Amino acid sequence: MHVFADPTNLDAYLSGFLWILKLTGASAVIALVLGVLLAAFRVSPVPVLRGFGAAWVNIFRNTPLTLIIFFCYFGLFSTLGLTLSDDLNLNNFWLGVVGLSVYTAAFVCESVRSGINTVPAGQAEAARAIGLTFFQTLRIVVLPQAGRAVVAPLGSVLIALCKNATIVGTIGLIEASSVMKQLINDNGDAVIPIFLVFAGTFAAILVPTGYFFGWLANRLAVKR
Amino acid sequence: MAQPGVDRPRFRDERPTGTVDDVTTGEPLIVLDGVNKYFGPLHVLDDVSLSVGKGEVVVVIGPSGSGKSTLCRTINRLEPIDSGTITFDGTPLPAEGKALAKLRSEVGMVFQSFNLFAHKTILENVTLGPVKVRKEKPAAARERGLALLDRVGIANQAEKYPAQLSGGQQQRAAIARALAMQPKAMLFDEPTSALDPEMVGEVLDVMTSLARDGMTMVVVTHEMGFARHAANRVIFMADGKLVEDAPPTEFFANPRSERARDFLSKILTH
Repeated sequence: MHVFADPTNLDAYLSGFLWILKLTGASAVIALVLGVLLAAFRVSPVPVLRGFGAAWVNIFRNTPLTLIIFFCYFGLFSTLGLTLSDDLNLNNFWLGVVGLSVYTAAFVCESVRSGINTVPAGQAEAARAIGLTFFQTLRIVVLPQAGRAVVAPLGSVLIALCKNATIVGTIGLIEASSVMKQLINDNGDAVIPIFLVFAGTFAAILVPTGYFFGWLANRLAVKR
Repeated sequence: MAQPGVDRPRFRDERPTGTVDDVTTGEPLIVLDGVNKYFGPLHVLDDVSLSVGKGEVVVVIGPSGSGKSTLCRTINRLEPIDSGTITFDGTPLPAEGKALAKLRSEVGMVFQSFNLFAHKTILENVTLGPVKVRKEKPAAARERGLALLDRVGIANQAEKYPAQLSGGQQQRAAIARALAMQPKAMLFDEPTSALDPEMVGEVLDVMTSLARDGMTMVVVTHEMGFARHAANRVIFMADGKLVEDAPPTEFFANPRSERARDFLSKILTH
């Protein structure tokens, strides 16, 4: 473990994972809001909104994330001049967040939509029958009951998002996988231990996350 | 009849002496004119015209698949129609949006499968509409909700969740939920069809009392007893068509159409 005994390497390791957590946190919030909104669009009675939601899902779910992140950098930033921060690192960070968010929102949307489909149609009919509007019906009656069915798949989406955050390394943000690559380059004698430390750190973050979502899903269960 | 216990509707002995037939029907509240609806190639409502007056109780009967549930659901536009017009209280049914939500708030609906909100208590089910749609104060809505639950005989279940109640109690709660909106009319879509036989009576008692209080009601049901004693008119439907429209005594004693005679012979001989 001589590699991580070096304070410079330890700092790089910690800051790499800090970027991963920041990317995951920011993208998760944006993707959740966007994804729920897209799911609402996809089940709405307005054809234009349904079409918009479907198009978003089909475009971003079926494009490799690396391409989306590259587009954010070379397309949005280099070509179209979209600058999100004057600080180079922060600019790369926010470009990464944009890419991760639009991509993950497509998966959030589909998880939420499948959860909505587990709520019996009669619940929404009864809500509409007492005069609730479409969005009230969704917010007050349908989404709270979709909870159990939505939370577990959303956990998987969040876990995937955290791992996908390593792709932002390709546009110059020194996140965990970039740090690992650098450390392996510098310490050819300790490739396996370095790899195991990074993989183990991801596992240490994500395994409890998975259990947390499983627990939450059971807590939110609605009796029928 | 059963004793009026804690869990029974309380108005049993408060019935007025007059019969339902005394209710004079005022101007039309619900008017369907030339309504057509298709499910794919199936012509589920075939040129249906019907007028329901204020305070009138209309019972819709007919064989399965005759379109009677669909008819009931078109009145608050849970099922959109393909042609014809439906007018409620002088206004044609609006398309999707705020206006439709407002109309629905004025038409109570009771479903075969109760459809109480599974994640809310019985009292929350009853107060949700008044608070969220009518913007009533929660305290006032709660007070009226409890009074309504008392009226349908389940005040002691107010804090429970729907899954903890029997079918009959759930359906009475669903009626209270609809009444909480102080609707101008009530639609009942086979309200007793999903109930155990011993619970049918308690729900029909509530409905009978509503009818006596002058509520305008459209009731899709297989309960011929209810049709006989609570309805002003019986509508008989078959194959999407409105076949007969007559007072219950006349309809049951002397159905005009072969189709209705055949239907009645099958259900009344048991």
